[in-house]
Amino acid sequence: MKQFITFIRKEFYHVFRDRKTLLLLFGLPIAQIILFGFALTNEIKNSKIIICDYAKDNATQRIIDKIAASSNFEIENSLLSHQQIEDAFKSGEIKLAVIFPAGFNNDLLHFNKAIVQVIADASDPNTATTLTNYITTIVMDYQKELTQLNPLPWQIIPETRMLYNPELKGATNFVPGVMALVLLLVCVLMTSASIVREKEKGTMEILLVSPFNPFLVIISKAVPYFVLSLVNLVIILLLSVFLLDMPFNGSLLLFFAESSLFIITALSLGLLISNSTDSLQSAMLVSLLGMLIPTMLFTGFMFPIENMPKPLQVISNIVPSRWYYIIVKSIMIKGLGFAAIWKETLILFSMTVLLLLVSLKKFKIRLQ
Amino acid sequence: MSDVILNNIRKTYNKDKLVAVDNVSFSVNKAELFGLIGADGAGKTSIFRILTTLLLPDGGSAIVNGCDVVKDYKKIRKEVGYMPGKFSLYQDLTVEENLHFFATLFNTTVETNYDLIKDIYIQIEPFKKRRAGKLSGGMKQKLALCCALIHRPSVLFLDEPTTGVDTVSRKEFWEMLKRLKQEGITILVSTPYMDEATLCERIALMQGGKILSVETPENITRAYPEKLYAIKATQMSHLINDLRDNENISSCYAFGEHHHITFRVESEDVKTALFNYLHSKHYENIELKPIKPSIEDCFIKLMNN
Amino acid sequence: MKDTVISTDKLTKRFGDFIATNEISFDVYAGEIFGFLGANGAGKTTAMRMLCGLSTPSSGKATIAGFDIYKQAEEIKKNIGYMSQKFSLYEDLTIVENIQFFAGIYGLPDKKIKEKTDLMIEQLGLKNEAKKLVGSLPPGWKQKLSFSVAVLHDPKIVFLDEPTGGVDPVTRRQFWDLIYAASSRNITIFVTTHYMDEAEYCNRISMMVDGVIKALDTPANLKQQFAATSMDEVFFELARGAKRKAD
Repeated sequence: MKQFITFIRKEFYHVFRDRKTLLLLFGLPIAQIILFGFALTNEIKNSKIIICDYAKDNATQRIIDKIAASSNFEIENSLLSHQQIEDAFKSGEIKLAVIFPAGFNNDLLHFNKAIVQVIADASDPNTATTLTNYITTIVMDYQKELTQLNPLPWQIIPETRMLYNPELKGATNFVPGVMALVLLLVCVLMTSASIVREKEKGTMEILLVSPFNPFLVIISKAVPYFVLSLVNLVIILLLSVFLLDMPFNGSLLLFFAESSLFIITALSLGLLISNSTDSLQSAMLVSLLGMLIPTMLFTGFMFPIENMPKPLQVISNIVPSRWYYIIVKSIMIKGLGFAAIWKETLILFSMTVLLLLVSLKKFKIRLQ
Repeated sequence: MSDVILNNIRKTYNKDKLVAVDNVSFSVNKAELFGLIGADGAGKTSIFRILTTLLLPDGGSAIVNGCDVVKDYKKIRKEVGYMPGKFSLYQDLTVEENLHFFATLFNTTVETNYDLIKDIYIQIEPFKKRRAGKLSGGMKQKLALCCALIHRPSVLFLDEPTTGVDTVSRKEFWEMLKRLKQEGITILVSTPYMDEATLCERIALMQGGKILSVETPENITRAYPEKLYAIKATQMSHLINDLRDNENISSCYAFGEHHHITFRVESEDVKTALFNYLHSKHYENIELKPIKPSIEDCFIKLMNN
Repeated sequence: MKDTVISTDKLTKRFGDFIATNEISFDVYAGEIFGFLGANGAGKTTAMRMLCGLSTPSSGKATIAGFDIYKQAEEIKKNIGYMSQKFSLYEDLTIVENIQFFAGIYGLPDKKIKEKTDLMIEQLGLKNEAKKLVGSLPPGWKQKLSFSVAVLHDPKIVFLDEPTGGVDPVTRRQFWDLIYAASSRNITIFVTTHYMDEAEYCNRISMMVDGVIKALDTPANLKQQFAATSMDEVFFELARGAKRKAD
């Protein structure tokens, strides 16, 4: 046991004396959070909507008031010609145009039917869809108001609520994904690099020719990265809660417990990779290609998995970050307890055990 | 009592395309300072790795300290000391951190066997807080030796410990090894430097995976089949060609400030004929003297056979 | 009057406070075999890198093959050959491919490349191995091949950085045969080595200790000066007083 502690202490020395890697370890998550949180937001903030009200009557005024009630959009109310509207879209000035034709209220009262034109810039389909839905909701709301006075025989009244994230903040989507990505990267990359470096330098040879079980040496390498990952996690958490206004509705203890499990999964993956590669270059390559790209694609924070074709959905099941993503969202945003995530936890746990067993089996006690 | 025995050891790489060790057999006695002398690619490192149980031989068997290298590898790994080439230490740990680590690795402490390494360690002790990567070649060598000895191994394997180190440090290193012998440690050292061969008790000359000879250095030089001469004159680079052209000379090669030659027939007439031959070619200041062959001379002879 | 191919005047290289090479001044003549010796850490490699145009000096002057060391570093590189122990040829290319590659880099015209390739393979006796990968050659061969490639373009000077490290005695001598042949073609050889017997093969030797040149003369004169019977002893005398070896 004392030996094990000595090993771990040595590994900490290695980690802290490698300034460049340390920078990467901590700089990376911070950079990612800030990047994703602010710059790459898919929030609809600052989208400019233009409203052309040719009717200028009660009905349109009511609807426009409702639209304006949201603080998210920049609304301009002016009368523009078709050409001007088209130009405004082309130049990217506006994302959405709502056009009320003349006699809107009249049509409504006399013909029981009025048309409002909603034109959206769908070159960014996400924004377009969100904005269009928003406008549609407001119009429906107004319609409900009207029909309350004259009840129709059969009504289907959709009541939409944006659960957990009524303001449609992008952060809730991204932050758990970034957490998974960062933890995976750090653990897999760093662990495999650390072990392979030992092989390359030749010190692995000496470790093998000693009474100490070399597998334990490897495990001792994982420990500093475990600790560092937890520190990283805390930093990401603090940044996202205080800087990006992310909610944290669940149990901190459960969160850290599940995160620890995921970190161990990632470390085991790093272990497996290091057993199969002999050079730093290939370790890095496998870690990046093998980890980064599937994680970005299949975790579910960039692209919804449900929208993918079936075979890809199946593939996504073996990506550990997919399950961690669900777990984090359940705890952080939905505030759920273990009962809700036991299935995902079990999957992660089985993956970890499998990875560790394979690593152990593949571990070479000799050089060839 | 033999501490290390190799029996027809064979090692190939690349699916048998490269034969690195070709039926090698020799043995090393207890507390012997044994040198494995050969150039790069001779097979020295492969042999060391087999003996330290890092590689499995493709043929043959080997015993270290009474244990089989294949079956009893765990026991061997507890008892031997090993320094692979290029002093594999932890570059970013300090001298004392390295030493402490290796002691712990072998379930011992620095204090337990300090007397063994004391003479060596005091030379690097002033630098004990310096990172190993920042030491000079000679210092790294001393540290590597300390780390390999810290658990008082019964057999010490040093793979090319003097490569890349200046001549002064090399001499000091061999002095240290000689003193260690007195502690009863069996030491196997590999080196490509022929002049270090004479510092060993017995040596094995290796080339191309094969053993050329296993003997004491004196016996090897004594076994040189012919009389060896050193010759010197003006225009050494031309001289060598003219000597090779001479039918009475059976071998001729450069050797520092002389050329070493052997005659086909030993007689005074032949030597006089040579002088005449060289005078006719306008060489001056010709010096010819018999010399004792060095290990390098013997190695060249064995290689050419 | 011999041609001077290398001429340095107080050439210095500093790394922060540390002066690796301290005002070295010397000349090397055409066709000479010049031995550049010194212990590890003495400043040899730093000096060599400057002379090859790979590193800019901190101060001092030098002309290599007639080109200024500061302003014409690229010209220098084109007119010299270089070979070191660490890197020589590409192990996963065949012998022929290697020769063709380096010939191309040195800017030789296609016809010349074919000519040189055939000549080299003939001279080294590698006809049967020409299509084999360099990595599969026995160790001694790589050295000889490397050297031939380094002088492929008939450079004025060829720099050899410990070219025979770890090589067997027979191959070492064959290597020096190649050096002699190149020297007789008036190629200047600038070589560093740890083998003191090889120091004897040189026309002149310089010894660097602690960043300065402590001795520069023919081997015979040096031995006389230090009352030594071998270059080994001369080296020992000079290197023993070195301060840098402990650091």
